[in-house]
Amino acid sequence: MSKTAVKPIAEQPTVRPLHSPAQLHFRTLRLDTPFQPRIDTLMKTNDWYDWGGYRAPASLWDEELEYFAIRSQAALFDISPMTKYRIEGPDAETFLNRLTLRDVTRLKSGRVHYTAWCDDAGHVLDDGTLFRLAETRFRLCCQERHLPWLLDSAIGFDVTVSEETEAVAALALQGPTSFAILREAGFEGVERLKVFDLADFPHGDGSVTISRTGFTGDLGYELFMPVELALSLWDRLMEAGQSRGIRAIGYTALNRARLEAGLIVANADFVTAEHAIRADRVRMPDEIGLGFMVDLEKGYFNGRRAIVEARAKGRLQHVLVGLEIEGNIPAEHAIVYHRKRKEVGLVSAAIWSPMAKRNIALASLVRPYGDTISDDLWVEIYAMRELKYERLMKRAKVVARPFVKLDRRTASPPPEF
Amino acid sequence: MMSFDAPKWDVLVIGGGHNGLVAAATLAKSGRKVLVLEAAGEVGGAARTEEFAPGFRVSTAHLLNRLHPEVVKTLELERHGLVFSGITSTPAPSPQGGGESGVGSVHRETSTALAEAAPTSPSPLSGGARGVGIRFAPSVALSRDGEPLTLHGGYGESLSGASASEQAAWQELRAQLLRYAGILKPLLARRPPDLGNMSLMESSAFAVTGLSLRRLGKEDMRDFLRMLLMNVSDVADEHLEDDRLKGLLAFDATLGSHLGPRSPTSLLGLYFRLAGEIGGQAGAQALPVGGMGAVMASVLRAAQAAGVTIRTDASVAKILVEKDRAAGVALDGGEEIRARTIVSAINPQNTFLDLVGTREIDTGFVRRIKNIRMKGDAAKLHLALDRPLEFSGLEAAGHRGRLVIAPSSDHVERAFNPAKYGEFSPEPVMEITLPSLSDPTLAPDGACVLSAVVQYAPYALKEGWEAGRKRFLAAIMAQLELYAPGVGRLVRHAELLTPADLEARYRMPGGHWHHGELQADQMLMSRPAFGAAGYDTPVAGLFLCGAGSHPGGGVSGVPGLNAARRILEMRG
Repeated sequence: MSKTAVKPIAEQPTVRPLHSPAQLHFRTLRLDTPFQPRIDTLMKTNDWYDWGGYRAPASLWDEELEYFAIRSQAALFDISPMTKYRIEGPDAETFLNRLTLRDVTRLKSGRVHYTAWCDDAGHVLDDGTLFRLAETRFRLCCQERHLPWLLDSAIGFDVTVSEETEAVAALALQGPTSFAILREAGFEGVERLKVFDLADFPHGDGSVTISRTGFTGDLGYELFMPVELALSLWDRLMEAGQSRGIRAIGYTALNRARLEAGLIVANADFVTAEHAIRADRVRMPDEIGLGFMVDLEKGYFNGRRAIVEARAKGRLQHVLVGLEIEGNIPAEHAIVYHRKRKEVGLVSAAIWSPMAKRNIALASLVRPYGDTISDDLWVEIYAMRELKYERLMKRAKVVARPFVKLDRRTASPPPEF
Repeated sequence: MMSFDAPKWDVLVIGGGHNGLVAAATLAKSGRKVLVLEAAGEVGGAARTEEFAPGFRVSTAHLLNRLHPEVVKTLELERHGLVFSGITSTPAPSPQGGGESGVGSVHRETSTALAEAAPTSPSPLSGGARGVGIRFAPSVALSRDGEPLTLHGGYGESLSGASASEQAAWQELRAQLLRYAGILKPLLARRPPDLGNMSLMESSAFAVTGLSLRRLGKEDMRDFLRMLLMNVSDVADEHLEDDRLKGLLAFDATLGSHLGPRSPTSLLGLYFRLAGEIGGQAGAQALPVGGMGAVMASVLRAAQAAGVTIRTDASVAKILVEKDRAAGVALDGGEEIRARTIVSAINPQNTFLDLVGTREIDTGFVRRIKNIRMKGDAAKLHLALDRPLEFSGLEAAGHRGRLVIAPSSDHVERAFNPAKYGEFSPEPVMEITLPSLSDPTLAPDGACVLSAVVQYAPYALKEGWEAGRKRFLAAIMAQLELYAPGVGRLVRHAELLTPADLEARYRMPGGHWHHGELQADQMLMSRPAFGAAGYDTPVAGLFLCGAGSHPGGGVSGVPGLNAARRILEMRG
């Protein structure tokens, strides 16, 4: 026999897979959230979409009725896929002040603010909500993932930044009866939460952080909890809300409500700087309606030099506006024209608003249109009618946002319906 | 402590290395009131001359091969004691003088004067300007058992110790290398091109480079582009046979960088060397009389004559930024000094991450600054010898040259291999000078100083330099013994400066004398990083002028001069 014969199996080295569990992520193409067992039970439409790698409902049973649950009852929406970062340490405030546009020294413990952050060139990386959980502890919630950026931004600061998207489950409870449901569920003292307040409440053998925030422009709350408490909290709310019309909803309904509230969605209404491939797609805060956040008095922050220079040199090219469009056909992704001829922008989101009884839209326009020239704007809507496009040229008017303003959102104490 | 004086300085220069002094002098000549703040007890940085054993003095930077003629002209260094006349390619008698002209002694006076609070009037120099003679030093590729090979004049105008055919091959390669280095030379002298918004002047200067490229002719241009990113070993193999010569080129191309001769782009290091000149001779080198200290003394005199004030033992703790603008500095003791323009001659990472602080700059910029590779691979050896050393087979005149132990390109590559994995070379390669032969004042009567740059000594030595130092010194001495038998018995004192020591002594992070690897990705508009490559920085009023900026290290004065010109252009 040849001396180079193959060795018996027993003598061959064992081949071990070289993959770490993290490298096998692709085998689970969409993750489940901690609420999945409950959502799966309620899911009638099988209408799923991908939210940051999670299997999330676009609708559960009827998107029209889900929308009206937000406006007339209470809607329960799983926001666990939202990206969440825990930011903690003696320099947490300074770190966040350098990172984000608004002045974090003015954000008191127990408060939340809506903010955004930019890269060196002053282009918006994302917008999100910043929760000040304690003097030196924050939670930053947003659409996209930013850990490398946050960690590199932490160089030179005594702060730790950790990703807690998977560790923290979250729910939005929105709608006129949301406060009554929380009270009914026994969250004592929740009536003291003013809009943008947050506090911890006991639940099970732990606690849940409830903030009076939301993405609907309505009276509403967001609840954050460790994943172990997720299902019991869901059940507690559902039980307490039975007589108050609580309904689980999907994103389609929420998307209508947020548009009525005039709120923008990253990578829907603007392209975030790290996702933009084409050089002209990035946006500065002033170009997407976030200029109000830019605080030039608070000291340096990422993108400040670029923003100041762009403002000084008139280099802001775009503007994001609210439009009211004649008729009742949503102008989704319609092109905006000046005098019906000159192309000046694009609609990023549009619905016929049941609350405002108006045809509303968000659009990005090329300045000076929407900025100094706002008359004679038109949108071109292609409505597919039985395999034929009906081309409509509809007059559009720049209007203030929000399109729908509800007193109950900010009323204190919160009204009970 | 706060100083409540009205701002009396126009410009503060942080760091009194040669580039800091060149920038300071150039700016002072424009009428600006300039204060140089040096953390150490004397200026000169790694080019200062220091005593390392009783009666023995040496400069860490031991050779002059790229002091830029425009620096010499702008600072009128010849008027301040630097003498270029009498350059010959054969050993010339040392001009008289030297002794007290080292920076050390000059400086002791000024610092005393300064301590006595007379910062605006530099004390007149005792002894006045002295001649600093410069002559070309040959490069000698030492050989263990045969005749050494010597490159005379400007990097081997003539070659001795090689066969006739090798000499012919070398002349052809040398001409080609000098031609190509000549193309790069203007790029390595000016402010790097600002691709975003180039001024007409800049673009026309750039166009000249393009034009000179065209002037090469088709074949030569093709070869220039072909060779640009090649490794030195392959280029040498294409032309040469002699291992000693190929070893020398391999060593010279990789000296001061984390590259082996077979690493892609290593040829650039050789171009960088050949783009330098001394006395109008490209690729030439000199062992200045009085040591590098004498050169530094002339730079210092020029600075002082221009009205620059120098404060030593003044370590800057912080660059003050107010409303997005550099407004001054705070010293270690808390004292604040304010000025319109702050010029940092120190390392870019230290400048931005430590002195400015990340609170005042953008994350993306911090990322780029932090990513600058600057882990040094070279150690410096200083030996105090009882008497002059003799290298086998080398005639007396040769000992005054630059002596290189790098027997072959493969040897250099093998020396590099362990450095990739955090270990020093067991058979290191080195460049040796005996500075006391040219300037006897550097050693006691009859004694001798040996100065050597030794590779590879990785900054982040796995075993740590505490443990590795002794073993590495032994490895170096073993190599030296092979080429200069008996050297071990002559050693009165040995000082080995590992990259960790160089870092501590000269505040060079990583012990890297270029303050950032000088490789293709860290050159031109990427040096030290995009956003600060043109000497001005994201922080208004703050400029860089050190080796970490384009074109890089070595005693050239170019970053200092370019930075000063940029400041003048921006009316800083």
